[in-house]
Amino acid sequence: MIVMEVRELTKRFGGLVAVDHVTFQANQGEVLSIIGPNGAGKSTLFKLITSFLPRTAGRVIFQGEDITGLSAHLVARKGVVRTFQETTIFKEMSALENVVIAHHLRSRATSVGLFLNTRVARQDEAAFRDSANEILDDLGLSRVRHEEARHLPHGHLRALGIAIAMAGDPKVLLLDEPFSGMNPEETDRMVAMVRGIRDRGVTILLVEHDMRAVMRLSDRIIVLNFGRKIADGTPREIQSDEAVIEAYIGREDDELGI
Amino acid sequence: MRLRVVAALAGLALYLVVVPLVFRESRYLLGVLTTASVLSLISLGVWLTFAIGRINIGQAAFALVGGYTTAILSVKLGVSFWLCLPASGLVAALVGAVIGWPILRLKGVYFAMITLTLTEAARLAALNGGSITQGATGILNIPLPGEVTLAGVVLVPAFRALNVHLAFYYLAAILLVLGLVTVTRIATCRLGWIFRSLRQDEALAASIGVNVAKYRVLAFALGCSFAGIAGAFFTVSQQSIYPSSFGVPDSVYYMLYCFLGGLSYVSGPVVGAFVLFLGFELLHGLREYQMLTYAAIMITLMLWLPNGLLSLRLPARPGVKADTA
Ligand SMILES: Nc1ncnc2c1ncn2[C@@H]1O[C@H](COP(=O)(O)OP(=O)(O)OP(=O)(O)O)[C@@H](O)[C@H]1O
Ligand SMILES: [Mg+2]
Repeated sequence: MIVMEVRELTKRFGGLVAVDHVTFQANQGEVLSIIGPNGAGKSTLFKLITSFLPRTAGRVIFQGEDITGLSAHLVARKGVVRTFQETTIFKEMSALENVVIAHHLRSRATSVGLFLNTRVARQDEAAFRDSANEILDDLGLSRVRHEEARHLPHGHLRALGIAIAMAGDPKVLLLDEPFSGMNPEETDRMVAMVRGIRDRGVTILLVEHDMRAVMRLSDRIIVLNFGRKIADGTPREIQSDEAVIEAYIGREDDELGI
Repeated sequence: MRLRVVAALAGLALYLVVVPLVFRESRYLLGVLTTASVLSLISLGVWLTFAIGRINIGQAAFALVGGYTTAILSVKLGVSFWLCLPASGLVAALVGAVIGWPILRLKGVYFAMITLTLTEAARLAALNGGSITQGATGILNIPLPGEVTLAGVVLVPAFRALNVHLAFYYLAAILLVLGLVTVTRIATCRLGWIFRSLRQDEALAASIGVNVAKYRVLAFALGCSFAGIAGAFFTVSQQSIYPSSFGVPDSVYYMLYCFLGGLSYVSGPVVGAFVLFLGFELLHGLREYQMLTYAAIMITLMLWLPNGLLSLRLPARPGVKADTA
């Protein structure tokens, strides 16, 4: 079943076409990776899908509904949630507080209700706290839950970024380089966590340079080069694709793991 | 926790009962405390914009909006002060929302500068408002608050029948307590967390479904309403308003009260306003050196306690946190 459809999505920055008529579909419950050299337009593509950047042209259809041009917070509320390439967390909150506030999009209380602490607001608060603790457990963060986020080590910060996104109960989760800066053991642990999220039925779009992780995790891979989609297929097909090898020539030899 | 509640209640008793009883005949002292209370209220509004990560140097503009609202409604339309007061808060909030919507997209120094300009723009608008604002003449002879009756029972007597200074002291004190309770409640409920999330990272806040534009405007407009109410108070207690009643230096002071009191605490602006305003009055004896000494004290405070006066209270906090980890 197709959960998301991207049609002819295009982004121009002045003369530079960062994303150039990209079209693809994501199936329910799969890990779909988007790879490509630095500057290929991967992060920009994510920002277009989640409305963090206005598009030049094209559409995004989520569960049959056109979500192009909705405000970023509304796209998140629909269930399409992104993480950030640079570590992005609420630095002056504890890990737990980060994940509790991240439940905001599930909130049923109005601003006035929050102020008056109505029953709905109290119920939400308690439910968010429980759910936040559960998410922190799942992502191996329970031991540091009361630690102020800015004091956490890099690996924990990347995991916290995903925990924040998970709090919104996403249907499609867009992970932008979740394994960057991690050592192989940390990456292995995160790969397992991402699989766990996928197994719960969440569709995952993954941008990642760690090819070993990408090849292990992905059901399908899309390759971007200079904003254009140059290949789309299973990990095996991608590894032997002429155009892909061409695009990567002159780069680090083992970048594709071929 | 219990200690804090006891301390708060003791402070409240001192503020609402002891001081007015003991000093009921000393007009000067009551006047100074009244002004400090209302300055605290205005600064609490500025604190709300600090809470979403914006430096607001435009608060005097909204005090002017509130002041003129009360002046025009009461003098030209004969509206009771007790309706003018909430109306002034409302009008300031509405103007704040309309102006805030576009300018809150700016951050840092750009937002600060545009709010500074706003203060000057409000003065110019009042100066050139023709027969509505009466230009440089201002609006004079604003009546004192009249009586409030409900079903024949006098709830609040007319101020002219009372010890006026004491009456204004109480009004200011009640407004400040209400303001403080409101902001404390906001800061502790999830609204406070949403505001903090905006201050720390607006993009991340949007990614978790926070309507960034809406909450920014909410915080700002609420802060403006505090200025509107305070502006109405000053206008009525001085029975006049001029375009120069609230200006750029005032806006800067309201912001400084927050800074010097401590941005991390709801009570920061209140402590800042009381300490600095009372301090300024205490230096009165220095005559021509009053301003210079005051400025020197402010600079010293900022260098010595960059996180505000209230940071004196909790010196060991980071260490404690690290220990519990
Ligand atoms: N806001 C912007 N304004 C102008 N140009 C931009 C902007 N954002 C990205 N670009 C350009 O668009 C192109 C694509 O950038 P993007 O960040 O999407 O690449 P990427 O594939 O994510 O690269 P990386 O693997 O290094 O993260 C780059 O050439 C970049 O310089
Ligand atoms: Mg990128």
